[in-house]
This record gives sequence, structure tokens and C-alpha cells, in this order.
Amino acid sequence: MSVTAAIRDRDVAQLPSKRDEEWRWTDLRGLIRILPTPSLAFRGDVGVGPFDELVTRVITLVNGRGEATIDVPPGETAWVALRVISRGDGAHSARVTIQVGAGARLHLFETYEGEGGYLSQTLLAISLAEAASVERVVLAADSPGGVSVSQAEVSLSPRADFAQTVATTGGRRQRIETRVSHPGGHANLRLDGVYLLADKAHADLTTVVTHDGLDGLTEQLTKGVVRDQARGVFQGRIVVAEGADRTDAKMGHHALILSDRAEVDAKPELEIYADDVACAHGNTVGALDEDALFYAQQRGMPETVARALLTEAFVGQVIDRIDQAEAREVIRAWAAERLRA
Amino acid sequence: MSMLKVENLHATVDGKKILKGLTLEVPAGEVHAIMGPNGAGKSTLSYVLTGRAGYEVTGGTATLDGEDLLALAPNERAARGVFLSFQYPLEIPGVPALTFIRTALNAQRRARGEDEIAAPAFLKLAREKAAALKIDFEMLKRALNVGFSGGEKKRMEILQMAMLSPRFLILDETDSGLDIDALRIVSEGVNALRSPDRAMLVITHYQRLLDYIKPDRVHVLAGGRIVASGGPELALELEAGGYERYEKAAA
Repeated sequence: MSVTAAIRDRDVAQLPSKRDEEWRWTDLRGLIRILPTPSLAFRGDVGVGPFDELVTRVITLVNGRGEATIDVPPGETAWVALRVISRGDGAHSARVTIQVGAGARLHLFETYEGEGGYLSQTLLAISLAEAASVERVVLAADSPGGVSVSQAEVSLSPRADFAQTVATTGGRRQRIETRVSHPGGHANLRLDGVYLLADKAHADLTTVVTHDGLDGLTEQLTKGVVRDQARGVFQGRIVVAEGADRTDAKMGHHALILSDRAEVDAKPELEIYADDVACAHGNTVGALDEDALFYAQQRGMPETVARALLTEAFVGQVIDRIDQAEAREVIRAWAAERLRA
Repeated sequence: MSMLKVENLHATVDGKKILKGLTLEVPAGEVHAIMGPNGAGKSTLSYVLTGRAGYEVTGGTATLDGEDLLALAPNERAARGVFLSFQYPLEIPGVPALTFIRTALNAQRRARGEDEIAAPAFLKLAREKAAALKIDFEMLKRALNVGFSGGEKKRMEILQMAMLSPRFLILDETDSGLDIDALRIVSEGVNALRSPDRAMLVITHYQRLLDYIKPDRVHVLAGGRIVASGGPELALELEAGGYERYEKAAA
């Protein structure tokens, strides 16, 4: 089952369905009865992206047109904005290849910007050579009618450093998937996420990390706020293979549900086949702390202000972990705007 | 005229009657102590006056300067100058103390139709007040109360009090969890706020705090009502004789 094959063959039967364990909460087969026709090329103006000012290169992929390659030579530093844009009601897919040479650095600011009722898929293959470093910040602003699947395969080398933060408001169905092959060897991995969902939005953050060597570090923190009839899905799997001793892996997922009809489905999984491993995971789903809310109101904050302050602080703990200061402020402003609405 | 006037106040928590006809007046410029045994309704009184959800008023009135307090939302009461120093101050993860206090102060100012305080003036004020309470200014950049000791949390309450400059102060068991040095610092902070146009209600189980914050009047709360009132000597008498005879009187 793959979205790629379904779009290529215009065959809904190949879409993932709830019968596929990994897609049980994001059932595309059940949603899409007829596969949309291929998207037409879009000739209109797509404006500027939220990160354009921070980078030296902007790659724009509209309706799946164009293949993008980012190649950072050893020792160099690159600042790239990758804009994946969907316009209209068709189906399309795009492919992005990213190679970061030994000791090189890449600041990758990726956006999904949608209008319409499209089916969009993006495949990213990201490889980091020894001691390479990547910070990937993803701001996903799909349209409420859009179905979007982004799948990244990340391959790390020893001493590499890969840090990712996904910030999303979801879509009609949206899946942002990251699979990381972690060789250990003092490579560091951070996989974070923030989802802020309202109305009928759906966001699925799925990560799979496979530790294959000694001395690997993985840190994951995802937080979500869901209201109305929105649905958040978090699936996080960390596999520590035999021989990947001294792996240190932490996973946290915490969600606030602000309405009776909102839903959060979470599946944290740790599979450990190695020795001397430090693994921890925490998962909580609940409401805002009423005692803290009263405390803030007693000090003079109206309830709406108090709620916004506390929810911003809740997700702020993820946003604070973004290394690049300007990108961090873009995401912080994005969260503030959503939460104060 | 009394600043706070509580008449025949009845309140329930989870359907259980806690306040059963409490009457109390605190004039401007005075400090009144409320003493009483555990379970008498001391904390309930503080929460009813500040409007906490779950504390249901079933009868009686409470006014501040003649205005019905009970009809106002908690933040509206705060904007009119009601401040509660919590027995157990809450931890607010992810919100630096300075951000929390500035947000509260500006919300109060907006509610009163005043301009927001400018950032430099706010920081100057925070530095002054923190120094007076021997609070390291760096601590104000950390998440409010998260990982703070009991004494630090109480000092942070007094700092907020000093910054927000309320008119009617309720101190709920402010001495609990404080060693003698912290108690002295906190009391000095409270005493610095005494003024002819402010009033205070000091709720305490023990007389010790009243050695530092000297009350004008002392009331004994037992069984949900004020059962005795007197001068500061009443606190000493309670310290020596205990609450037993008042509990019997209330029963």
C-alpha cells in the first residue's frame, strides 16, 4: 500500500487504510472514494513564504512540479527554505533529495502551504554524512480541505546531528512521517512536534527511529492542543536493535484536549533488544490545570487571557528547543496567533 | 465605612456546608487576623471572597467598598484590588515569573481603564521589589514557582502583591512552610504594604505570624462562623488555651 502508487496508478485501492496497523487512525482509503485527477500546473502567484527572509535559497514546488535536490558540500553551511505548495483539487506528488556532506550544516525551513481540496504527497530522502548537522523546521499549513502526506527517510552517520521540529494545524487528513536510521556512534537525534488543531482538522505525527549501533542519542517531545472536533494522532516508535548498546532514548507526548468532541490517539512504542540502554517515555492527555487557571485569574487575568497564556506555555516548551533563533520566533508567533484566536 | 463587609455568609463545597452565617467587617487601614482550628472554613472564606469555582455561595453578602464582590468574576475582583496570597502557590511551567506578573498587571490596568505599564518601568519596579524581598532577579526569569522551595514560593507571592499593589489583601496561612528568617522577610514585605487605604485579612492557625504582622483585631472562626472577636490579646489567649472551647461553642 502506498500513496505514491495510488497517485501514479490513479487507484484508490492502493491507498493505506485502517486495516494497515500504521495507518489505523489515518484511514485514507476510507476517506477518498475516487482518486482526484492529476493536478494541473499552477501559474499564479504563490507569494512569499514565512522563512524566505532567513535563507539564501528558496525552493518552491507547486502541485508536485519539479524535483528538488539540496546538496551541501562537506564543511559548508546552507540556509534553505523548501516550500511545498498545493493549489486546487487535484492529486500530485513531489520528491526531494537532500545530501549533507561531512561536517556540513543545513538549516532547512520547510513549509506546506495549501489551498483547495487536493491530495498531496511529498517524499524526502535526507542523508547526513559523518558529523553533518541539520536543523529541519517544518511549518505545515495545509488547507482544511486538503489531504497531505509527507514522508521523510532520514539516514544518519556517526557524530551527525539531526534536529527536527514539526509545527502543524493539520488538514482534512494530514500525515507527517519521519523515519530515521540511527547508526549510534554519538550521533544525536531530536524529533519534536507541536500540533494545534481546531474545527475538524486531523494531524498525524508518526516517527520511527531505529538504533543500529552503540552510543546513540534520541530525544523526542511532542505536544498538542486540540479543540472542537479535531483529532490528533501521535505514533512514536523507537527500536533499539541488538547490539545498539548504551543507547539513550527519551520520548514524550503530551496533549491538551479542550473540547468533549476532540480526540487524541497516541501510541508510543519502545522496542529494546540491546543491553545497558536508557529509555524513557511519557504520555499524557488531559485538560488545562484548573488550579493554575484560577491562580492566574486571581492575579487579574481574564479567563481567555489565562487560558492562552497557559496553553502557549504548554507548547512553548517544545518551541524553546528550536536552535535557530529567528525560526524559533516564527514558530512562536504562529502558535501565539493560533492560540489567542 | 468598612472596606470589606461580609454579612451572614453561607457557602458550600461539594454540597457540604462550610460557612454557616459568617459576619465580618474590615475597615480601611486595619489588619484583621482570622484564627481557627483546622476545618473551620478559613481557606473556604478566602476562596469564596476571590471567586474560586466549586465554592458556592448559598446565602449572605460580601461587599468591597459597597460593591457586591460575589457578582464579579475572579479577575474583576483582582482588578478592584483583591489579592489572595495562596497557602500553596501554584507552579506555572513554561511561564517566566516576570511574564506572569506583567500579564496580570497589564490585565488589571486595562480593566481599570489605565494604560499598560511600559517595559522599562516594569523591570525597574520588579528589580526594586525583588531586592527588598531578597529575591535574586535571575529567579524571575525562570518559570514561576517551578522547583522553588516553600519559602521561595511565599516570597514570590509577596513580590506579586507588591507589584500588583492591591487594596484588600488576604494572606492564607502565609507562615506555613517558612523558617524564621523567611518569616521575617515575608512579614517585612507585608508590613511595608500597610497603609491607611489598604486593609488586610491574615488567616492563620498559629499565633506566631502575628508576632510579626501585628493585627488590629483578631477573630475566631469555628464551625463556619465568627464565634469571638477581640484585640491582639485574643491571639495570645488562643495560643495558651487552644480552640477547644470555641469549637464546643460552634457545635
